[in-house]
Amino acid sequence: MQVHRPATLDEALQLMQRPDARPQPIAGGTDLLVSWHHRAKESVRLMDMSRLEELRTLRLTNESLEIGALATYWDVITSAEISETFPLLAQAAKQVGAMQIQTRGTWAGNIGNGSPAADGVPVLMAYDATVTLASSRGRRDVALCDYWTGYKKSVKADDELIVGIRVPRRACDFEWFHKVGARAAQAITKVGVAMVHSADGWRVTANSVAPFVCRCRAMEAALDRGEVFQGPDDVRQVISRDVSPIDDLRSTAAYRLAVLSRLVFFRMSGHL
Amino acid sequence: MSIGTNTIRVDGCAKLTGAAMYVDDLTLPGMLHGATIRTPIARGRIKKIHFDPAINWSEFVVVDHRDIPGGNAVALIERDQPALVASEFRHKHEAVLLIANASVHKLRDAVRAIRLEVEPLPAILDARATARPEQIQHGADNVLKRLTIHKGDPGAVFASAPHVIEGTYHTGAQEHVYLETQGMLAHRENGRMVVRGSMQCPYYVLDSLTHAFGWPREAFSVVQAAVGGGFGGKEDYPSNIAIHAALLAEKAGAPVKLVYDRQEDMAATTKRHPSWVRHRTAVDKDGRLLAMEIEVMLDGGAYVTLSPVVLSRGCIHSSGPYFCEHIHIHGEARLTNSMPYGAFRGFGAPQTIFAMERHMDVIGSRIGVDPVELRRRNFLRDGQTMATGQIYRDGTDLVALMDRTLREADYHAKRKSHASFNATHPYLRRGIGIASFHHGSGFTGGGETKLASEVWVEGMPDGSVEVQTAQTDMGQGTSTILAQVAADALEMSPGGVLVATPDTARVPNSGPTVASRTAMVVGKLTHRAAEDLSKQLGGVRGPSITGAIRAWHAANPGKNLVGRAKYEKPATIVWNDATYQGDAYASYSWATYVAEVEVDLRTYATRVTDFVAAQEVGRVLNPTLARGQVQGGVVQGIGWAIYEDVVLEDGAMKNCQMTNYIIPASADLPPIRVFFEETPSPYGPGGAKGIGEMPIDGPAPAVVNAISAAVGMSIDAIPVTPERLMERLDGAHG
Ligand SMILES: Cc1cc2nc3c(=O)[nH]c(=O)nc-3n(C[C@H](O)[C@H](O)[C@H](O)COP(=O)(O)OP(=O)(O)OC[C@H]3O[C@@H](n4cnc5c(N)ncnc54)[C@H](O)[C@@H]3O)c2cc1C
Repeated sequence: MQVHRPATLDEALQLMQRPDARPQPIAGGTDLLVSWHHRAKESVRLMDMSRLEELRTLRLTNESLEIGALATYWDVITSAEISETFPLLAQAAKQVGAMQIQTRGTWAGNIGNGSPAADGVPVLMAYDATVTLASSRGRRDVALCDYWTGYKKSVKADDELIVGIRVPRRACDFEWFHKVGARAAQAITKVGVAMVHSADGWRVTANSVAPFVCRCRAMEAALDRGEVFQGPDDVRQVISRDVSPIDDLRSTAAYRLAVLSRLVFFRMSGHL
Repeated sequence: MSIGTNTIRVDGCAKLTGAAMYVDDLTLPGMLHGATIRTPIARGRIKKIHFDPAINWSEFVVVDHRDIPGGNAVALIERDQPALVASEFRHKHEAVLLIANASVHKLRDAVRAIRLEVEPLPAILDARATARPEQIQHGADNVLKRLTIHKGDPGAVFASAPHVIEGTYHTGAQEHVYLETQGMLAHRENGRMVVRGSMQCPYYVLDSLTHAFGWPREAFSVVQAAVGGGFGGKEDYPSNIAIHAALLAEKAGAPVKLVYDRQEDMAATTKRHPSWVRHRTAVDKDGRLLAMEIEVMLDGGAYVTLSPVVLSRGCIHSSGPYFCEHIHIHGEARLTNSMPYGAFRGFGAPQTIFAMERHMDVIGSRIGVDPVELRRRNFLRDGQTMATGQIYRDGTDLVALMDRTLREADYHAKRKSHASFNATHPYLRRGIGIASFHHGSGFTGGGETKLASEVWVEGMPDGSVEVQTAQTDMGQGTSTILAQVAADALEMSPGGVLVATPDTARVPNSGPTVASRTAMVVGKLTHRAAEDLSKQLGGVRGPSITGAIRAWHAANPGKNLVGRAKYEKPATIVWNDATYQGDAYASYSWATYVAEVEVDLRTYATRVTDFVAAQEVGRVLNPTLARGQVQGGVVQGIGWAIYEDVVLEDGAMKNCQMTNYIIPASADLPPIRVFFEETPSPYGPGGAKGIGEMPIDGPAPAVVNAISAAVGMSIDAIPVTPERLMERLDGAHG
C-alpha cells in the first residue's frame, strides 16, 4: 500500500494527473475502508487529503453556504447558524450512520462515493447545490442534479477532485426530508425523499430509488401546477415516471415505490 | 449471604479495561494463521481441486480429509457431519480444505487461488416439500427426528366441540450475532494438543477431538479463552473449528490460529431452526381449551447436529402454560441442504411458544373472548397435568403473575386509548400484545441423569477457594453466580472465591453451558461441593476457613483438598423417554410479557414503544445480572420478531454482513421494564431456577400480537419486516 500526503491542493492535483499511478483520494475513509476487507489486490495507492487545510472550510455568506471537501456532517450539525438556514442538511446529517461516522464522513465523500443511497445528496440537491471540480487543467462548477450519468458514473474526470460544494441561499416556505432505513440508526437508506419549495418552485429529490440520487421532475412539475392528490396512488402515478427502484438485499422495488408515494402523499396532505 | 445481592462481576474489570484475552488476541511464537476452503453450492460431489500454479504452495500447510487420523466426523448426537468433506457434501460453505501460513496476506491470496470443481447433486431447500427419491439423504424420508406426545383422547373431543380453531404459524431462521466471532488456537504443549478458544462446551469439543484424532482424552486440553457471547451458537460449531485448528497445528508442527471474520462466521455457522407449527384446537364457548392437536415442523438443515433435542424441547413447550386434558403433539425435524440449524437461546421453545401465543389471540378473536380472559381461564393450576403428564406443583400463581405484568404495563388503559388513537390518526396505528409462557430449566427428560455432571470446589495451599466447573462465562455471568453460590455455602465473601478457567485437563465435566442449566443444576452442585469441602475441614465456615485450608495443607503436604459433588436425579423426577411421559424438566420458569407497538402505515415499519417483562425464576441469584439476561433476551426476541431476516440463497445466508442482517440497535428499543416474582425451587441453589433462555420466548408473540391488534389483522409469520407487512396488508386489501 502506498499513501501520498500532499500538503497543498496544487500538489494534490499534480498527483491526480498521473494516469499510470493515479491515487484514490481518501477523506473520512468511512466508505473506502468498508471495502478494505474485500480488496482485490494488496497494492493500493491512496491520497490522504487531511493536510489540505483549505478544503476544511465551511462558510455561510449572504449568497450561499460553501462546504469544503473536508467538511464533515458533524461540522454542519454543530453549527447553529447553518442548521437554521439549511435545516434539511442538519436533519440528514444526523441520520447518517451514527456519531462516529458523522464526525469523520464528509459531504464530498458522500458525493465522491456515488452511492444511490447517499443521504447527504438528496438534501443538497433539493437546495440546488453545485459541485466545484478542480484539476491542474482548471476549475468548473456542475449542478449536483447533473453530476451523475449512471450507477456510480459521473461527469467528474479521472484527474478531477471535488474541492467544494456550494448551496445557494434562498427563502424556502417548505423543507422536508424523510429517510427510511431498516432501523433508527446505522442503516442504509431503503428509500429517502427531500422536498423544498421556494420562489424557484418545487424541488423533489429521492435516494435509493434509481441508479443515482435524482430529481423527481414529473413530481416537481405536478406540484408546480398545483395538482391535488387524493391518495397515495395518485402520487405513485406521477412519481413512478421519475424513479426506477429495484429489488435488492435491502428491500424490494414494490416497497420502495409504494413507500415513496405514501410518504409524499401524507406529507402533502398536511400531516406531519 | 451473597445470594440475592448485586455482587460485582468477577470478569467485569478485565473486559472493561481490555485486559481479557479473546482468542484473536492470543499469539504464540511461530504461530500460523489458518483459513478454510468451502463448498460452493448446496449439494454435490468434489471432482477436482485446482491449485493456481502462480502460488508457491510449498510455503503453505494444506490439510484435507486424508489428514484426519481418526473418524472423519464432528461427533455429536450422531456422526453424520464430516469434519472435512471427502467427496459428497450437503450444504454450501462446508469445510473442504484447510490452509495455513504465517502471513495473513499470503493466506488471503492463496484462498483465492484454490478452485473446487464440483458436480451438483439434487438439493432439497424447502423442509415442507416432499423429498423426491434423488433428494433423500437421511433415512427413508429425510426426517432427522420425529416424536409424538399424547395425552387423553383428543379425537373424540374434536367431534363434539363447540368451536374448532386452526392456525399455522411460521418463524424464520435467526443468526446469533455474538460480538466475538468464532475461533480456535491449537498448539502442542507438554505432550498435549492444547486447543483454546471461543466455546460454550469444552467437553463437547474434547469429545469431538477425541473422535476425529482417535487419541485418548488425556492427549488434549481444551481451554476456554474469554468468550464474547454465545447464545447457543458456540454450543456445537466450535467443535468443527477445534478439529480444524488442531489438524493444521498437527501437520504444521506449529501453533495455528483459525478465527472467522464476520462474513465467514455468518455464512458458515449454525442458525435458529425455521419452524412451521400448525394448531387445531377445540374450545368451549368460554374459551376453555378442550383438546389440542399440534404439528411442529423444523427445518434441521444438512446434518443431524442438535435437531432431535431442539425438536424435543420445542414440542414439550408447544402447548403453553395451559391446562388441557386432551393433547396430541407431533413433531418432525427434516433435512434440507442448508447450513445445519443448531442451538440458539430457547432451543425450539421460542418457535412453538410463538405459535401457541399467537394462536391464543386468534382463538380469542374468533370466539369473542378477550385475550387476557382467555389466558386467565386456561392457566395451569397446582395439581393439574401438562402435555407429558407432568404434574404442575410449582406453587407459582400464573394469574397473579399475568396481572402484575398488566398492571405495570397499564394494559387496559392503553387498549382503550389505542382504540381512539387508531380511529383518528391518518397513518399511525398502536397496539398492545401479551404473551404468557414457561421455560424448562436444564436438559430435557433424562438428559441431566445422562450427563452426570460433577463439580469440584478446591481449597488451595494458599488458603483460597476455587470453584472448578466446565461452565463458560460468555458474558452472562456464570463465574460470578457460581462464586456467589460457593461463598454462600462457605459463609465467606464472594471476592474470596476464585472460579477456574475451564480447561478439560483440570476441571471436571459439569456439562455444557446451555439449556438454562448452569444456575440451577451446576449451581446446586457447586453448593454441595462447597459443603463437602467444609465437611472435610470439620465443618469450618466463614472467615476462618482460609486458615483451616492452610492448616490442612500443612498437615497433608502435596495432597489436594477437594470438595466434590455429582448429579443425582431427584427421586421425585420421573421421565420415560420411550413414551415421552413424565417430568420433562425438574423446574420451569414462568412469565407474562407485554409489548406495545406503533406501526407507521406510510412505511409499514413497526416500532416497539414499551415493554414489560415479569417472570418467576425462583430465587434471583444476582438481580443486576438477571435483569441483564432478561433485557438482552427481550432485545434478541424483538430482533427475531421484526428485524432479523436470514435471506437464503442456495441454502446459505446471503446477507451475511451486519449492514444487511439487521439487528436492532439501542435507538430502536423501548424501555424494557423487568420484574421478578420469586418462588424458591427445591432443585437450585438457594431456590434458583433457569433464566438465560426464557426471555427470548415471549417477545416475538407479544410484539406480533400487538401488531395484529394495531393493524386489525392476524399476522402469523415472523420476521414482520416492513416489506412483509406491506404485502400482507395490501394483499388483503386486494
Ligand atoms: C457504519 C457506517 C454507516 C454509514 N451510514 C451512512 C448513512 O446513513 N448515510 C450515508 O449516506 N452514508 C453512510 N455511510 C457511508 C459514508 O459514511 C458516507 O458516504 C460519507 O459521506 C463518506 O465520506 P468520507 O469522507 O468518509 O469518504 P471516503 O471514504 O474518504 O471516500 C469516499 C469516496 O469518495 C472519494 N472521494 C472522497 N473525497 C473526494 C474528493 N474530494 N474528490 C473526489 N473524490 C473523493 C473517495 O476516493 C472514495 O471513492 C456509512 C458508512 C459507515 C461505515
